[in-house]
Amino acid sequence: MAHLGPGKAASSKEQAGLRYPSNGKSIYHRPLNRTKTAELSQSSFAYLFSEMVSYAQRRVTGIQELEKRLNLQGHPIGLKLLDLLLTREPPRTQTRPLTIIALLHFIKINLWTHLFGRQADRLEKSSNPDTPDEYMIVDNEPVVNAYISVPREMSQLNCAAFVAGIIEGVCDGAMFPARVTAHTVGGKEEGEMWPGKTVFLVKFQPEVLEREALIGKG
Amino acid sequence: MSYYFAIIGTQDNPLFEYEFGTSKQGGDGQARFAEQARHLNQFVLHSSLDIVEEVQWTNGQLYLKVIDKFFTSHISCFITGSNTKFLLLHQPPGATTTSSSIGGATTTTARSSTSVGANPTSPQTEEAIKAFFTEVYDNYVKAVMSPFYKVNMEIRSPVFRQRVAAAGRKYL
Repeated sequence: MAHLGPGKAASSKEQAGLRYPSNGKSIYHRPLNRTKTAELSQSSFAYLFSEMVSYAQRRVTGIQELEKRLNLQGHPIGLKLLDLLLTREPPRTQTRPLTIIALLHFIKINLWTHLFGRQADRLEKSSNPDTPDEYMIVDNEPVVNAYISVPREMSQLNCAAFVAGIIEGVCDGAMFPARVTAHTVGGKEEGEMWPGKTVFLVKFQPEVLEREALIGKG
Repeated sequence: MSYYFAIIGTQDNPLFEYEFGTSKQGGDGQARFAEQARHLNQFVLHSSLDIVEEVQWTNGQLYLKVIDKFFTSHISCFITGSNTKFLLLHQPPGATTTSSSIGGATTTTARSSTSVGANPTSPQTEEAIKAFFTEVYDNYVKAVMSPFYKVNMEIRSPVFRQRVAAAGRKYL
């Protein structure tokens, strides 16, 4: 089906086994910029995401392992989005993030706007002097959790671990190796403004802080 | 003017390489490296990775301009957001015959002084190389966006190679 006619097959002859789509268009023929209206319906995303969660849930022994798998599903997305979002920046502001703050701003503003159509709600640095390597990105109402009800016996679970994986991918790609985890912090009592409030805890590796100190000096 | 272009992954592993010559000033687009120099080019290019790692933290730009020089070969670098490096080795024409005959060398440089790349550090050359890198970057991002592509995989697509060749013809 996908083979081209004899006319265009010159280049594919040496690359035997490589197949082209029948219209001859590859990913290289598609534009990188998306149109303003190109948004995905939330219900189709919710359906797909619920399948992803149940896929990750197969043959896992605990909640930690499940979150790990969700994280792994998000990681390559983050790596790819980093490059994609940078190319979409206007040339004047097209810079690689060099500091932790620049990177977190990129995540809070560019990444969140691209994924969820709004910025993340807050950015915090750990106030504990023992953990200067921890930063927090706060989302009051994660889109991914909109249609997820966590059973009582799994109350530790937060499916936004998938988004944490995306963040981790962005950090790793930009050479800020980090571990990112998602935690539910919303109160359970009545009248709580944001019951699904989620904190993404970003814990950078020691070498990142070391480099940060060196760059600050120079 | 001859060029050797390579894409280097985050583990310093080559993902793509392409050798070409200038198409400006009636060039035929063929690289004119000496046979022994071709292996040396790969070595020279990779040895500049150390300098890339120093420069990349002092400058947030993607395009780092000429970062290294080895005799007559100049290395220009472009670094993507996810730390993949695009390296271009360029050698001005006539530069290989510097010591053989002084008269011959001067006429070569005089003839090609208007071409892109005769002076590797001139603003025009920098702009031309930047345009080349930017176009390759666009195509690289498209390659990365393929759901079957994982980070640090070799880029084998013949379409990608064609696109790089076209960018080389257009700007260099």
